Order: sequence, then structure tokens, then C-alpha cells
Amino acid sequence: MTARVGIITFPGSLDEAEAARAVRRAGGEPVPLWHDERDLRGADAVVLPGGFSYGDYLRCGAIARFAPVMAELTAAVPAGLPVLGICNGFQILCEAHLLPGALTRNAGLHFVSRDVRLRVENVRTPWTRAYAAGQEITVPLKSGDGAYAADEATLAALESGGQVLVRYLGNPNGSARDIAGVSNEAGNVAGLMPHPEYATSELTGPGCDGLGFFASAVSALVGA
Amino acid sequence: MAAQDTVTRAAATPDQPQPFAELGLTEPEYERIRQLLGRRPTDAELALYSVMWSEHCSYKSSKVHLRQFAEKAPRSDALLAGIGANAGVVDIGGGYAVTFKIESHNHPSYVEPHQGAATGVGGIVRDILAMGARPVAVMDALRFGPAGAGDTRRVLSGVVSGISFYGNCLGLPNIGGELAFDACYAGNPLVNALCVGVMRHGDLKLATADGPGNQVILLGSRTGPDGIGGASVLASATFGGPGDGHAAKRPSVQVGDPFLEKLLIECCLELYRDGLVTGVQDLGAAGVACATTELAAAGSGGMRVRLDAVPLRDPALGPPEILMSESQERMMAVVEPGNVPRFLSVCARWGVQATVIGEVTSTGRLEMTWQGDTVVDIPPGTAADEGPVYSRPLARPGWQDELAAADPAALPRPSGASGLRATLLSLLGSPGLADKTWVTEQYDRYVRGDTVLAMPEDGGLIRIDEETGLGVALATDGNGRYTLLDPYAGAQLALCEAYRNVAATGARPLAVTNCLNFGSPEDPAVMWQFAEAVRGLADGCAVLGVPVTGGNVSFYNQTGEAAIQPTPVIGVLGVHDDVRRRLSIGFTADGARIFLLGRTGAEFGGSAWAQVVHGHLGGRPPQVDFGAEQRLAQVLAAASGVACAAHDLSDGGLAVALAESCLRGGLGARVTLPGDVFTALFSESAARAIVAVRPGAETEFAQLCARYAVPAVDIGAVGGHQLEVTDTFVISLKELADVHGSALPAIFG
Repeated sequence: MTARVGIITFPGSLDEAEAARAVRRAGGEPVPLWHDERDLRGADAVVLPGGFSYGDYLRCGAIARFAPVMAELTAAVPAGLPVLGICNGFQILCEAHLLPGALTRNAGLHFVSRDVRLRVENVRTPWTRAYAAGQEITVPLKSGDGAYAADEATLAALESGGQVLVRYLGNPNGSARDIAGVSNEAGNVAGLMPHPEYATSELTGPGCDGLGFFASAVSALVGA
Repeated sequence: MAAQDTVTRAAATPDQPQPFAELGLTEPEYERIRQLLGRRPTDAELALYSVMWSEHCSYKSSKVHLRQFAEKAPRSDALLAGIGANAGVVDIGGGYAVTFKIESHNHPSYVEPHQGAATGVGGIVRDILAMGARPVAVMDALRFGPAGAGDTRRVLSGVVSGISFYGNCLGLPNIGGELAFDACYAGNPLVNALCVGVMRHGDLKLATADGPGNQVILLGSRTGPDGIGGASVLASATFGGPGDGHAAKRPSVQVGDPFLEKLLIECCLELYRDGLVTGVQDLGAAGVACATTELAAAGSGGMRVRLDAVPLRDPALGPPEILMSESQERMMAVVEPGNVPRFLSVCARWGVQATVIGEVTSTGRLEMTWQGDTVVDIPPGTAADEGPVYSRPLARPGWQDELAAADPAALPRPSGASGLRATLLSLLGSPGLADKTWVTEQYDRYVRGDTVLAMPEDGGLIRIDEETGLGVALATDGNGRYTLLDPYAGAQLALCEAYRNVAATGARPLAVTNCLNFGSPEDPAVMWQFAEAVRGLADGCAVLGVPVTGGNVSFYNQTGEAAIQPTPVIGVLGVHDDVRRRLSIGFTADGARIFLLGRTGAEFGGSAWAQVVHGHLGGRPPQVDFGAEQRLAQVLAAASGVACAAHDLSDGGLAVALAESCLRGGLGARVTLPGDVFTALFSESAARAIVAVRPGAETEFAQLCARYAVPAVDIGAVGGHQLEVTDTFVISLKELADVHGSALPAIFG
């Protein structure tokens, strides 16, 4: 059985094609999902790709969270549906309160497109189990609103609950505690500011370090 | 509110004074319009002719010269559509065609850098979309005043943020371009945006309104008061000196919404795929006026348009404003009546507003109505194709000989090893040659997942077909210093450099686009520079066998009497049969031998050394040798099996190229240079490259060079963590990186 990974396209999504390639490279089957349909089409996991949904009007992700497909997604999360938001997808999940905290303007006020080094902190989630604890990886970052922010109590809870998934080695955007990705308490919903889907090919990326996120979900779903 | 001017009223009031001069028309041009119509034009017609006959839209000063691109074009089976279309279309095999074009947005980018540059990207992307292609990558060739000048900070930061804002949000990877600085661009920055798109054979769309009864649909943004007169006033006139009141021109700059353009792209591609479009045109300069006249002139010859059906952002707009508005993110399509419902439902799915505003007729007239009255009634060809054509006077400037006589041979050269070392470091730390990461880090190079090479590589390389590895390489180059010294040779050197950069990735150069940035065509010296540059480029393309497929002319790049250096920016597109065999500039293979290809002479006219160290510009630019360029390109295309890196030599010569290859790959090099070390390091002789050869393949590579009669010298090897020139100097990679990397951040923050 092949794991079916849904990939949502919102108006203004940009990275859905590469997310689909990454799912395929990890052995899964990408299933396109449309923002306007209340239907997850039987997906075993869902990826919210990067981009500028609704042109980032108002705030990044603020409009996309109200898309019809998000109601279905939100309903499926308590049952354990694995969900990964990348970049704009991360922003949408924060706006939807499926993940804690928020993404704010980069410290330098410029868009930053750079290959960043990351350390994987928690390898017990459906999105990170293919990595070794403390493993260092290189993945592209490309965002203007990538600085992770949350109040002190939330940050402390994230740390103690193992919800910090990955951290920057060298902070590129002013993220609190160098946080590059977090999960919800249950661990099934994850958000990453860097783009692992663009690190799944030696030819077009800085390497294949990002494949593990997709391989984690695909192997977990096939009932490893 | 004054009564609407109509055709009836115009006929009845022949002597009513009209503001033709304010709209940029000369008195003879105005008289010609009256003759063509047999009456005075209505306000709307006057507006339409003023933008269509502007320099920007009509090419009235450049046309007589640009003809050479077609007349001298080399025979090429690769060309599916050429000059005159929105963009040239090139067959790259495998059933694929690509279309590419470069266009200027210089004047708006000085007045309002962020929006000016952003809408420059948006405009060229719609040109590519209008050909039926999916846009897949962009590049930007940028030139600014001195890096340290206060206004450069405003202009450069705004331009880069505009390109970043618009291009990133569209989801198009930015894969390269140029960044240069010179005092001549202080009041006239150059912002040239290139876009490349891909389609299958047979998907080519033509900008024609055929088939009487077919419906004309305007889709995308509502029309607003932005950019009115952008083509006629802003892009076709000279900025005055200080105190000229630039504020008055601010409303002429358009405001862009990349999200809407992204929806427009996806929407149009779905409309094309479903076969719902018979003709299509983008709306850029001159907006509705240009799209309707060009579609009608190229098609069945007639069109009726209800101007009051155009959706407006500002209800106060009347016919002249609607015709001239340059509101962004709009397209115009010609659709068979039976397909209109499906067309509109696709638009609705993407949230793109679409409105039927007229229909194709067989009357031979372009007629427009406003609340029932006819306000435009003209033969469309008179506006689109039969505008004024000027053979402007041209004269070789008196100072040209003096400039040529100021030979850099007389300049003091660095003395001894420490002087050579310091010279290299000062070049690497100069803004024009420094690491461009401060700029390129603001651009998304990864999006779409097909970027194989991007800056700081010699050329950008995009994969087209994942199965076969088919791809396209692109590079843009231009050198205003060379072109000032000799416009004919300077244009050819720009062509050669772009050709060489594409070849250095392992691709075969196929076709050329150009953006010709010059001062005022009303200055005979500028016109001479222009004529020489066009002649040089056309001759060069003929010899190299790469046709010009399209381009753009930007005149009036001058502040008061001071024109910019003549700056033709040349884009070359090449096909790469298998991008998995691409060559990077980076030294990554320890022990690889480094070969210097080509001949090196003592050529310093217009060089980076003369400029950076001495502030000198004079003498002759490097010698052009097309045969040598072609043979070098053949070697590079054939070398992918034995080479592990290749880098073209240009500004700053061998010294800068070696430093860049070391920094890119993270490994040092040790070289021994033949002859005069200063000349070997800093000469800018053309038709040269360095190639790092896979250990063990040296003989095979030398034979390859011999087969193509390309001079090749083994000058050393890759390895270690420093750049060492035997008996001359050693510089650690860290010191190179510090000097190269810190220059732009130190200036721009």
C-alpha cells in the first residue's frame, strides 16, 4: 500500500509541485487538494505548501485559514492526521491555531533566500522519525516573514514538551530560541519555516537532507 | 464635467485647440493624425495616437536601424516566431519551445524604485504569457550610480525589494543577471528584466483578433488611473536636471499586485489548455489602446469596443484615461462566442475578473463607443504599424578620438608582488566585482524545483524535461565602458560575453534578445552610438549564427545634457541537452588541473583595473574574435565529460575569475602564470575561460582543445585553502571571502 499525501493548493501557493515531487521521491503518492473543496480525498497525511496564499494580504496565512478545506483538516487533526505546513503553510497553521506562536517579519526586514544548517531536535514525530536525534542537515530557507515568535510561557512549554522540532545553527531571521520548526503537543501537526522539499535532489537542491521529513510520514503511514 | 468629445463633435469643431504637445506629440505628428482621419482627432483618439506613436511603443527613432536584425539574421531552423511578436520563440527539441525577452523599466525605477522594478518584472512576464508559454524563470540586469552615493542606496534598495516582492510572490526563480555601478547611471538607473517561458510545439499563441463576431474579453485587474502616460511621458522624455519637479511624474508609475498576476498566469494557462482562446495580447505600455489596436491591426482588421464596459477602479475615468492607463495585471483575449461561458467559468475558478468589452468586425475600423456615442473610429494600422519613422541625424562625437587616444598603457602598474596582491583585493572588494549575495539572497532561486544553476554562476540553467534532462541556459551581459570606447565593438563584446557565459554551463547558444539603453535620440552623438551598436550586434549575430528574436529600446536615459554610457544589454539563450552534465564555476575537485583557454594580450581599455584603481576610461576595448568565441564554445560544450568546472573570463580578468571559482567551490588553487604576470592576471582579452579538468583526463582535454584549435595552457591545480600565484602572492580563501563578501553589506546594510 502506498501512502497518500494530500497537498493543498491555495490561490497564491507556489511550492505544491515540488512538495509533490518530494512525496514521490519518498515513495508516497501525492494527492492534489483544492482550497475551495471540503474534501481531503482520503489522504493519509496532508502538506500545506509554501507560497503567498492570497498575496499575504492582511497577514501571512490569515485569509487561507478560512478556506473550506481547512475546516476538514481541522476536524481530522484530533484523530491524529499527520499535517506538515512548510513556510506559508506553517504560517497558515499558526493562524489556524493548530500550532502555537506566530511568524513575524525577518529581523533584517529583507526576504532571505539561503541554504541554512538545521539541527533536528525531536525525532519522535511522524514527520521526523527518519532522522537521528541531533542530526544536522542543510535545507533552503526562503521567506520574508520567517521569525518565529511566541510568549515566554509558550516557548518554555515548547521546550519542555519536546515541541521544538528543528533549530537553526546560526539564526538567519531573528527567530526566538533559533526555532525553525515546531509541532503541536500530540506531535502530528508540524510546521517548518525552511523548505525540505527543495532539498530532495542533488541536481536542483543543496543535497537530499530534506527527504527525511517526507520519508518519515510515508513509512509511518505504510505501517512500519 | 465637460461634454464628452465624440467623433461627431470632432467633425463639427475642427478648430478646437488640442493638448498634443502635453501628450508628447510634435506638431507634424499631430497634423499627420488630422490627415489620416480627415478631421481633428477626438480626445480619446488623440490619447490613443499619443501613446501608440510614443518612442516607447512605436520605435520611431530606432526602427530604421533595428531592421538589420531581420535583414542580417543568420539562417536558423530554431526560430518559430521572431521580431514583432510579443517575444521570440525558439525550438529547443523534444517537442518543446521556449520564448524569452528582456525589457527595460528604467525611468519608473528611478521615480519610484520599488514599484518601478516590480512592475518591470510583471510586464515582461505577461509578454511571455501572451505567447502561450508558462513563465519559468526571470533575470535582472541592473545598473546604478556610484555605490557609495546616498541616492544609490535609495534606488538600489528599492529596486531589489521590488524585484524580490514581485518575482518571489509570482513563484518564478530568479536565476541571474548583472549588477554594475557607474556615475553615469546616478540619475538614470537601468532596470532590465528578462523572462523565459516554456511551451509545447503547437501551443504558440498569436496576438491577432481574427474571425468577425468573436468576442473581445478583458481579464485581470480593474483599470485605474495609474501609469497614465507612462509610455509617452515618462519613458519617452528626458529627465530634467535638479529641481525639475519629479513629483509631477510620480502618478505615471504603475502599482503592481503580484498575487493577481499569479492568478492571471494560472488562469490563462488553463484557458489555453482548454482551447478557449483564439488570440491574446498582454496589456503593458499604452494599456487598452495598444492591445486593441495591435490585435485589430494584426487580425481581420476591425474591432468594436464598448469602453464603458471596461471595469474601473475609479469611476471618474473617461475614454482617454481608460485608453492610456497602464494598470497592471491585465490581458485581452479573443474568444469564439460559443466558448465565452466556459471562458468566464475558468476565470471565476481562479477569481479573475473577466468582462466582454467588444467584438471582432470586418469593417477595417477600430471603433469605440462610450455611453452610446462613438469616441474612436480609426483604421487600427495607422496607430499600430504606420506611426512616424525618423532617420534621426547622427554624428560621431568629436571626443571619440580623444577618448581612444587615452591609452591605459600609460597608467602606472602595480609594482612587485605586494602591489599585484593589493590590486586583486581592491578589484574583488569594488562594488561592481564584489559578491552580490546582498542582492541575490533577496530572490527565490529554488521555486519550481528546476533550477540547476543560478547566480553567481556564469549563466542560469533551468531544467525543462525531468526525464531527458533537456534544459535552457541564459545569460545577460553588457559593458557600458567598452561601448562608450567603441559602440560597434562594445555591443559585440556584450554579445560575446553572454554567448561565452551560456557556453560555460555546457549549453549550445541558440538565440539572442537585447535591451538597448541609450541617451536621447535627439542628440546626434547618442544616435551615432545607437546606430553603431545595432550594426555591431546585427553583424555579430550573423557571424555567430544566433538570430535576434526580439528586444526593447530604451531612449532618453539622460539627465539634462549628460547621457548614460551607451549600454546594450544582451541576453543569450542556449539549449542544454542534459543538465545533469552542467558545469559550475566552482573548484570542488581537489587535484584537478586548471587550464587557461584562449589568447591573452595586454588589453586594458575599459578594464575593471583601469576603472577601479585609476578611475580611468580610455583607449580601445578588447579585440573581438568571433571565430575564437565559437571554437571556445564548442570545446566547452564537448568538455562536460572531462571537465569539473568552467568559468568565463571577463571583468577583472584571470585574477578575478580564479578567486571566484575558489570561493564558489570552497577550494584553493596554485597557479604559475606565463609571461608578464600583471597582464596575465588583469587583462580582459575576450574569448577566454578557465577549465578545471578531472584528474586523469588532462590529455583527453588537451586533445579536445587542439581539435578545435583553442590555445590551452595548464596553469596549475585546484587544492588547499589559498589562492597562490607562484613567486607572486598567496591569499587565504578567508581573506578573499572577507574582502569579496563584505563590500556590499558595508554599503547597503
